[in-house]
Amino acid sequence: MAKFTLRINGTRHEVDATETMPLLWVLRDFVGLTGTKYGCGRSQCGACTVHLDGEPVRSCTTRISTVGAREVTTIEGLSSDGSHPVQRAWVTEQVPQCGYCQSGQLMAAAALLDKNASPTDAEIDEAMSRNICRCGTYQRVRKAIHRAAKEG
Amino acid sequence: MIKIRKLDPMNRRDFVKLGSAAGGGLLLSVSFPTKSARAAEPAHLDFDAVDMLGDGFQPNAFLHIAETGNIEIWVGRADMGQGVRTSLPMIVADELDADWNRVTSRQADAHPDKYGRQMTVGSTSVRRGGWMPLRRAGAAAREMLVTAAATQWAVPASECRTEMGRVIHNASGRSADYGALVGAAAALPVPEEPRLKDPSEFALIGTDVPQVDTQLKVTGQATFGIDVRVPDMLFATVLKSTVLGGSLESLDDSAAREVPGVRDVIKISSGVAVVADHTWAAFEGARALECSWQADFAMSSSEISTHNARLCEGDGVVAREAGDVGTALAAGTQRLEADYEVPYLAHATMEPMNCTAHVEADRCEIWAPTQNPQGTQRVGAELTGLPIEQVTTHVTYLGCGWGRRSRTDFVQDAVETSMKVGAPVQVVWTREEDMRNDQYRPASMIRFHGATDANGRLSALSARVAGPPLGVTDGPSRGDGADRNAVDGIATLLYDVPNLVVDYCRSNVQVPTGYWRSVGPSGNTFMLEGFIDELAQGAGRDPLEFRLELLDGHPRMKHVLQKVSEMCDWAAGPPKGRGRGIGLVEDKGGIVAQIAEVSVADGLRVHRVWCAADCGQIIHSGIVDAQLTGSIVTGLTAALYGEITIDEGKVVQSNFHDYEMLRMSDMPEVEVHIVRNREEPGGVGEPGVPPIAPAVVNAIFALTGQRLRKLPIRMA
Ligand code: FES
Ligand code: FES
Repeated sequence: MAKFTLRINGTRHEVDATETMPLLWVLRDFVGLTGTKYGCGRSQCGACTVHLDGEPVRSCTTRISTVGAREVTTIEGLSSDGSHPVQRAWVTEQVPQCGYCQSGQLMAAAALLDKNASPTDAEIDEAMSRNICRCGTYQRVRKAIHRAAKEG
Repeated sequence: MIKIRKLDPMNRRDFVKLGSAAGGGLLLSVSFPTKSARAAEPAHLDFDAVDMLGDGFQPNAFLHIAETGNIEIWVGRADMGQGVRTSLPMIVADELDADWNRVTSRQADAHPDKYGRQMTVGSTSVRRGGWMPLRRAGAAAREMLVTAAATQWAVPASECRTEMGRVIHNASGRSADYGALVGAAAALPVPEEPRLKDPSEFALIGTDVPQVDTQLKVTGQATFGIDVRVPDMLFATVLKSTVLGGSLESLDDSAAREVPGVRDVIKISSGVAVVADHTWAAFEGARALECSWQADFAMSSSEISTHNARLCEGDGVVAREAGDVGTALAAGTQRLEADYEVPYLAHATMEPMNCTAHVEADRCEIWAPTQNPQGTQRVGAELTGLPIEQVTTHVTYLGCGWGRRSRTDFVQDAVETSMKVGAPVQVVWTREEDMRNDQYRPASMIRFHGATDANGRLSALSARVAGPPLGVTDGPSRGDGADRNAVDGIATLLYDVPNLVVDYCRSNVQVPTGYWRSVGPSGNTFMLEGFIDELAQGAGRDPLEFRLELLDGHPRMKHVLQKVSEMCDWAAGPPKGRGRGIGLVEDKGGIVAQIAEVSVADGLRVHRVWCAADCGQIIHSGIVDAQLTGSIVTGLTAALYGEITIDEGKVVQSNFHDYEMLRMSDMPEVEVHIVRNREEPGGVGEPGVPPIAPAVVNAIFALTGQRLRKLPIRMA
């Protein structure tokens, strides 16, 4: 066990944990941020996607000891009120079905648009294919990303 | 006692009841005496009983109009992405002429009879659940509010109209908000035969209003089962037998107990529960357990497949018969026979199985992502010995359902664990346990014989289905007739075939089986539509024309097929290097036709899918479009990748690396056309699944001449 200081959504958190504990479970079970989901635990589905200094990572395989001083952003920190362009576009396009994968989809999409203000379909495929949506919302995810790119 | 009686939709009495609302307002309950509401849903699924949904209404809601004019509608069904939290309240609100912006949708807890049948399976929430009862509830409330206003104003009720939550009297220019009228309305008798809207008057039904929970789902605030947090709760996972049906032989938990955060290791009926301070410690603890399992079952997939084929050699139980197949086959100009086969499939809901329970001396509280709220409540009562009223069951959001969550095995894990540790516990299965302890879509096969006559028309078809029934491991089978689910989609075929026999050979292979999105047709439609295509191609016929001429007796189905062919301009044919194929189904009251366009030059790729659907009167067009598109993803995932293999009694696959899902990069461009009509509402959540697999294999054949008779697709 060791003490870690994490910066999550702009707030400092002190956490006592084993070095190997994945960030996912720190967020969910210690910090109480349950918007980030568990889907596979082995970097296969993207449900656990969060940002580390703006980079999308799979939190289920990101050990707490490797986070360091990097800023962790979760779905709860993407905006304070659901007003991030991807969130607004997701609402307009009515993307979610069950919704379980959507935090991960939104975090992946936000990271993509951060780097590439108007991605092509191929670039969207490239960035989003790490995220599984078992409900099959892909077509609306794609539309919503294009909308968010346009409407900023 | 609740009386059991047959449904007579035109003459229902007492279906809407007045209640007393704490804090005032008008409270109406939709309450039917129904067969299904006779008692709580049984804890253990009876797959036959569940099939008899048609016998009664399954009411769905309570309606409360407050003095503020705000309206609450409780939804008894579970929402797994099919949108019932939006669509069911829309039905009430439309008849009520409510202001949709002032309607709040609330998820109901489980109750043995208050909300009727809460089991959410079979695409039934609207078609065999809410449609008429909810309309009548809304209409009754509206009529009471109008009567209250008319009395107050001393004008004839017939001169009043309603709009956006207000009663309006044009002649006198008076109007009143519903909220101002609820006091007076609550004192009135509930009308027995309220006037229902003519469909042309619908204002909400059939539209695409924003869904009630999108905002929650894009901000991470929707509470799924796994997100439930109860003060002082512990986290647990359960290690289960590696062999199907196995039981624990020996256990060494010393290493598990050393894992930081692990509190306890206990035996429960389904395996070994590791209880910890957080989920990760529970998972790590479970990994550190040394267990051995004893099991009788040791079959492998190849043996199961051979077993099904051998069953086809014996006798079958007839499920449907017409004409004289033997003679017609012998007389056929073209005679074909073929074996088709589909594998076991896991549900792989995005949210793994989980449940939170808190058992105390005199009460039990359960939070579950369940399609079976009443069964969940019943499990709580049975395990704790508490009366059902002392078991509270909250239904959370469900990260997919697909039928998997109609079972209550994960509920049992949580209740047992909480009883043993004496604390609130959340049990979360790892993805691996989830995939290996499923109730799978059955592996089955069909042996077909078919013939066409001199005109190239289908003249005879025989289909022998071999596979296990659903719930095959639940105990001794109830009878040996043709299992309705096993032959669904084939015994129910709508093509006009003068000489037809469908029979069934029951397998007793002990791999657990259960509902999987669209159930029987998920495999049977692939097999049937593939073989129909073979017969058409063999007779030198266009597969579209071949099907259309068999559908004269089913104009809606014919229309859907014609529609989809127009969408892609079937007659013009595909672009160079591509092939197109058709799949068609009538399933759970919905009719869906799909055409897939594929290429194979760079490996198989499904480029486009056209989908036409007639699901009768629709409630929410955006949800219907999403369900159909999502169903194509479900069906295509199964067609391209889906296979659970069994090796000496063990499930081989464990996670998404070896049980793959369709991803964004594989997603075809899907175009959906919804046929609008005013037929009775049909199912929406499932009938889009079956047609895509045959559409794809038929397209591959059209392009390459290679006929694929087995899923998942493996190109030669
Ligand atoms: S839970 Fe992390 S990628 Fe699936
Ligand atoms: S919305 Fe259900 S898994 Fe994506």
